[in-house]
Amino acid sequence: MSKVLIKGNEAVVRGALLAGCKNFFGYPITPASEIAETAAYYFPLLGGTFLQAESEIGAINMVYGAASSKARCMTASSSPGMSLKMEGISYIAGAELPCVIIDIMRGGPGLGNIAPEQADYNQIIKGGGHGSYSLIVVAPNSAQEMCDLTMLAFELSDKYRNPAVVLADGIIGQMMEPVEFPEPVQTMPDRPWAVSGTIDSHHLICSIQLDPDMLEAHNLALQAKYARIAENEIRYEAIQCDDAEHILVGYGIVSRILQGVMEQLRTEGYKVGLMRPITLSPFPTPQLIAFAENNNVKSLFVCELSAGQMVDDVRLAVNGRKPVHLYTRMGGKVPTVKEIVEKFKESI
Amino acid sequence: MKTTILQKPASFYDEFTQKGGAQLANTHYCPGCGHGILHKLIAEAVSDFGIQDKTVLISPVGCSVFAYYYFDVGNIQAAHGRAPAVATGYKRSNPESIVISYQGDGDLAAIGANEILQAANRGEQMTVFFVNNAIYGMTGGQMAPTTLIGQKSTTTPRGRTMQNEGYPLRMAEIIATLEAPVYVERVMMTDPKNIARTRKAVRKALKIQMEKKGFSFVEVLSGCPTGLKMTPVNTKNWITDVLSKYFEPGVKKDESEDREPIITLHPDPHFEEYHELLDIRSLSDKVKGVKLSAVKEMVDEIKIAGFGGQGVLSLGYALANIAMGHNYKVSWLPSYGPEMRGGTANCSVKISDKRISSPMIDNPTVLVAMNKPSLQKFVDDVQPGGVILYDSGLIDEAPKRNDVTVIGIPATAEADKLGSTKAANMVMLGAYAKIRGYLSNDYVKQALPLIIKNKSFHKLNEDAFKRGMELVKNS
Ligand SMILES: Cc1ncc(C[n+]2csc(CCOP(=O)(O)OP(=O)(O)O)c2C)c(N)n1
Repeated sequence: MSKVLIKGNEAVVRGALLAGCKNFFGYPITPASEIAETAAYYFPLLGGTFLQAESEIGAINMVYGAASSKARCMTASSSPGMSLKMEGISYIAGAELPCVIIDIMRGGPGLGNIAPEQADYNQIIKGGGHGSYSLIVVAPNSAQEMCDLTMLAFELSDKYRNPAVVLADGIIGQMMEPVEFPEPVQTMPDRPWAVSGTIDSHHLICSIQLDPDMLEAHNLALQAKYARIAENEIRYEAIQCDDAEHILVGYGIVSRILQGVMEQLRTEGYKVGLMRPITLSPFPTPQLIAFAENNNVKSLFVCELSAGQMVDDVRLAVNGRKPVHLYTRMGGKVPTVKEIVEKFKESI
Repeated sequence: MKTTILQKPASFYDEFTQKGGAQLANTHYCPGCGHGILHKLIAEAVSDFGIQDKTVLISPVGCSVFAYYYFDVGNIQAAHGRAPAVATGYKRSNPESIVISYQGDGDLAAIGANEILQAANRGEQMTVFFVNNAIYGMTGGQMAPTTLIGQKSTTTPRGRTMQNEGYPLRMAEIIATLEAPVYVERVMMTDPKNIARTRKAVRKALKIQMEKKGFSFVEVLSGCPTGLKMTPVNTKNWITDVLSKYFEPGVKKDESEDREPIITLHPDPHFEEYHELLDIRSLSDKVKGVKLSAVKEMVDEIKIAGFGGQGVLSLGYALANIAMGHNYKVSWLPSYGPEMRGGTANCSVKISDKRISSPMIDNPTVLVAMNKPSLQKFVDDVQPGGVILYDSGLIDEAPKRNDVTVIGIPATAEADKLGSTKAANMVMLGAYAKIRGYLSNDYVKQALPLIIKNKSFHKLNEDAFKRGMELVKNS
């Protein structure tokens, strides 16, 4: 197997280029800057465009413009920058344009710090912009997935004409791991709706519908699309859940720590499993419902680097059938395996 | 006095069906509004130049949000003020297109002031038509950044004052001060003579883009009788007598004769070259003829710490890379965020035959301490039975732990002797390799120059690695 030791942030750029992405628009922000820096180097080498925009607002609107064309495009940022992109994301979702947005989450609120957090969950999953839109959101937990899920994000984004977000945290971006890179995608999906500067593409890209009947119809069509996505695109990893009495739930870097927690608890005789959402939107609700309905399962234990945001979705799925415990750290503090093991034991 | 367009340019739709309503031949604009006439001048030019199919019109938020009702071209509707950024993104993706950013004064000079300045300053290959009607039309007559001092609007009910709102912005003059723009002119649409001037400016601005010369900007003083609460005739007179005295018409900048076309050539490598170009050819593909021993059951958690500049991150990187080459699972995590203080750096390397869970290390099995603060910081964390390698040349006090193996390596001093302090990290790598014994010397010898590519270090690093191994033997 031919592997390369590489940072998550750099794997993202390789993945994007292997997925045929041609245009990158970004604005520097720690801990996502390496993505822009790497893109600045490699995009032109492969015939693409890299442009440092005037702001995240500029960048997301450049993405809106480029996404209206035939070519794939992307941007990358971190939490404060994502707040600025929200207007543009709402427009892109409304106009149903495919693009990929990388968010390497850092500590908040406000300027916060540059350490890892997962507190953009609500902003990204619940729609930080206005309107009833949903994004496709994938949550890598390794450098390999930073490549693979970026590529998947491009694929799904084109398939459903919907913006897709790769939601990672500072550690997943900074960490180096072996990555096996696939061959480049050679054929791009057709975009018959695109504005491409030809006689048969006098199309209109817009999100405005003055007539309430038409706007409601548009919204219903969007919701139907999100339902289709939920039906077909949920991805998750369940480790040792078959005999588990307690299900640990976490995504991104937390899922890696929980893996250690699970291994530790198993050696001590606890029957625990790990459920890791890979797509946060669509959320693996049916799988969580199955745990809630499974007589073996006594409780769920959610760990997050926020005050507890994803836990709301877990609780909605479980719907009171089983206790859902929560342990969180914030401000860039990352819990140790030992710490979570103790908290877990207190919870049961 | 509805703007009924009698002779439609081909770039206009025959009937404005998207607009809806009864009068499909008319625009939605009010009598005396400048948008309709400017639309027609643009559509005419687009048709005459034969660029209808290549043209992409970015319509803004404002009364011209519905420009796409009329223009039979590619249309993109942008968020308030962002048209120049949207135009940039589209044009960069499709350089053969002709991109028009059509904007009002609130859109361009208030909420979108940054986007227009930056696009102009980059010299984007686009044409901007800027409709200055000194008022917010769409939202019902609020103050615009171009509203005149003393002018009443719904948000300046007593008239705009310099003290409260500042002076009106002269965008054409501001854009003209920038280096990149090719052509900047202000025109007005008051009478046939001035409309003819506007027509000329519209054509010139589009021509410049067709010739790939760069950014052009046409500001059009235009009427908004509804917003200004005047009759169409009075509006025209007001533009001539008042508005144009503050916003003087004329060419503000014209370098169209002197500019050469700007053509960016993009390479188009074959897919087979991608991995090479992206620097993702694996190390193992390049290391030849080394027989590696079987992977052992192992979990090594190595913390490497020192001053910034001592190469602790690259030591960890080299180690993780080499271990990966020996078919172990590895992870490397730099000190990052709040951990990075006072110029010290550290990294965590995990090496195992099994899937690595958390890349973070709470209790290292090996601590490599390159300076005293790092040793003090991590000495108590090391697992019983673990190993501490410390730079005994720089750290005067040996760590006090009797439940771990403590080995002093004068790495910096030895590296100095070999020719450069910078190789101290490779002395430590040699020491680690010797202690653990699972790395092939042949592999390291071939791999190191591939990992640390700077040629001037190749020989030095090889010597330093060997020296590190010897120092363990002797200690
Ligand atoms: C983010 C945002 N803020 C405010 C608005 C409301 N809005 C719509 S049009 C407009 C003013 C447009 O004025 P101008 O650019 O002068 O164009 P005109 O209508 O006069 O042609 C405003 C403030 C909006 N659509 N979006």
